Amino acid sequence: MLAMNYRGPYRIRAVQKQEPEIEHPGDAIVRVTRSCICGSDLHLYHGLVPDTRIGSTFGHEFTGVVEAVGPAVQHLKPGDHVLVPFNIFCGSCYFCQKELYSNCHATNPEATAVGGIFGYSHTAGGYDGGQAEYVRVPMADVGPTVIPADMHLDDAVLLTDALPTGYQAAEMGGIDEGDTVVIFGAGPIGIFAAKSAWLLGAGRVIVVDHLEYRLDFVRTYAQCETIDFKQVGDMAMHIKKITDGLGADVCIDCVGCEAAGNFAQTLLGIKLKLQGGAATVLHWCINSVRKGGTVSIVGVYGPTFNAIPIGNAVNKGLTLRMNQASVKRHLPRLIEHIQAGRIEPRRVITHHVDLADVADAYHLFSSKLDNCIKTVLIPPGAPRVATATAAMQ
Amino acid sequence: MNTSFTTPGDEDRAASRARFAHIVGWGADLDRAMRPGVPKERTPPRLPHPVEPPQQQHADVEVLHSTERPGITPVFGTTLPPSGLSGRLRRAAFRHSENDIRHWMMLLLADRVQMGEALCSDLARGHVPNLYAEMGGRAELRHNPMGAARKAAIGIAAVAVLCMVLKPRKRARRLRG
Ligand SMILES: [Zn+2]
Ligand SMILES: [Zn+2]
Repeated sequence: MLAMNYRGPYRIRAVQKQEPEIEHPGDAIVRVTRSCICGSDLHLYHGLVPDTRIGSTFGHEFTGVVEAVGPAVQHLKPGDHVLVPFNIFCGSCYFCQKELYSNCHATNPEATAVGGIFGYSHTAGGYDGGQAEYVRVPMADVGPTVIPADMHLDDAVLLTDALPTGYQAAEMGGIDEGDTVVIFGAGPIGIFAAKSAWLLGAGRVIVVDHLEYRLDFVRTYAQCETIDFKQVGDMAMHIKKITDGLGADVCIDCVGCEAAGNFAQTLLGIKLKLQGGAATVLHWCINSVRKGGTVSIVGVYGPTFNAIPIGNAVNKGLTLRMNQASVKRHLPRLIEHIQAGRIEPRRVITHHVDLADVADAYHLFSSKLDNCIKTVLIPPGAPRVATATAAMQ
Repeated sequence: MNTSFTTPGDEDRAASRARFAHIVGWGADLDRAMRPGVPKERTPPRLPHPVEPPQQQHADVEVLHSTERPGITPVFGTTLPPSGLSGRLRRAAFRHSENDIRHWMMLLLADRVQMGEALCSDLARGHVPNLYAEMGGRAELRHNPMGAARKAAIGIAAVAVLCMVLKPRKRARRLRG
């Protein structure tokens, strides 16, 4: 089968490799119909995530048709067209019982902080991802969700990570009616966080980025205000200036460890790798939120240490909430929102690229060329534009 | 009006509904009972059916595991078991806990070492990696021609400088010989 193959920082090939097999009674084999490149794939692509082995296939956001299931699978059958949450989780361990599906304790031997994730290095369990024609899906009764028949595949694939993560980011902000919410990062997650903040009753939504095309997009898509951080001197000062001097009620980090905007952080975290990436946005969040406010973090940070102004967070009495999204928890409600027309996720997809051209797709996305916001990879033979039912024929 | 210190009354709510009428779905999830996880995750779990703990997956490849657990998990990935020098570094890294910075730094080092190993095995198989294609050269050429031209110019200049540096040495060697 054709699959994406990582060769080292900034290097990718599309190669022929062996098709996956059922290795556990709870596995399914899924023939991929869509997979996305995610902003967090770029941390792998740039070589920042430890134990990203050469030859890995990335891709934690995908939809596909079930080809085969293991003997223990009862609720999923061949022919089902499913969206597969990026978390690999068991549904029964201590953490899954608490609905912390992203923290499952039964699917990642290599680390205890995070559960298994498709195509996200051995630090997240050593699973191959969906940027391929076929993928092994463990715990097939638990993770995959059958796509509603009338749903567009491009909407469905965004339910595997980007939309639930944006939604959970807003939700963890504990937004009260009328709150001012500042979101850092106008990538897909930030865009969905902005839209979700309105669903949760925000009174003012402000998105911060430095790429004009992304700010343009989010202004239209999420009807929010925007700030180009390159145009303002001091971020925290600026936010206070436009919020009656007190700061925002809620600040949301949708950027993570590769933030631009601060030379010292970039040098220490990204160039010299002396801390787990640049913590620029965390500084901005903690210093821009009002006293007693909430900072919500969904940006990806490496497992190593960061210089974080935790003293300010203590003195200001902040609530810090953070996690990888527990996708499955949000799906029922988000599917309702899509079906009711309250949110149309697929509008963020700017590029459909053949899987064979995956190296170009990564470069395009990583270098923000051609006004790229979200890229979908199409494996050979999969339909380019289709609803879930059409794609099954 | 940015910070709401008071809970809005019915009148305020009607006013804000009018104010946000242009935003499709505004306030649809105002009611916290509608949200999947605020303020804490809910129990019992929201999965559609009860779930039994998973059976133990059989391991026929080497799977490294965190020192913070007694063994491997019931389910795991079997791709790319550790091998070669990078594999030795990874095994050594997994002797330290996740709390130990050495664990993560050794893993990062192993990643860089494995890149060299992979390059060598490519060359040994007679395959010279197409760096232009692997680094998305086509996309760069199509969407950032100026950038591509600049990179090409820098590349040519670097090769030229390299040739100039190497040339006199050859001559010197010939003289000595
Ligand atoms: Zn993702
Ligand atoms: Zn679990």
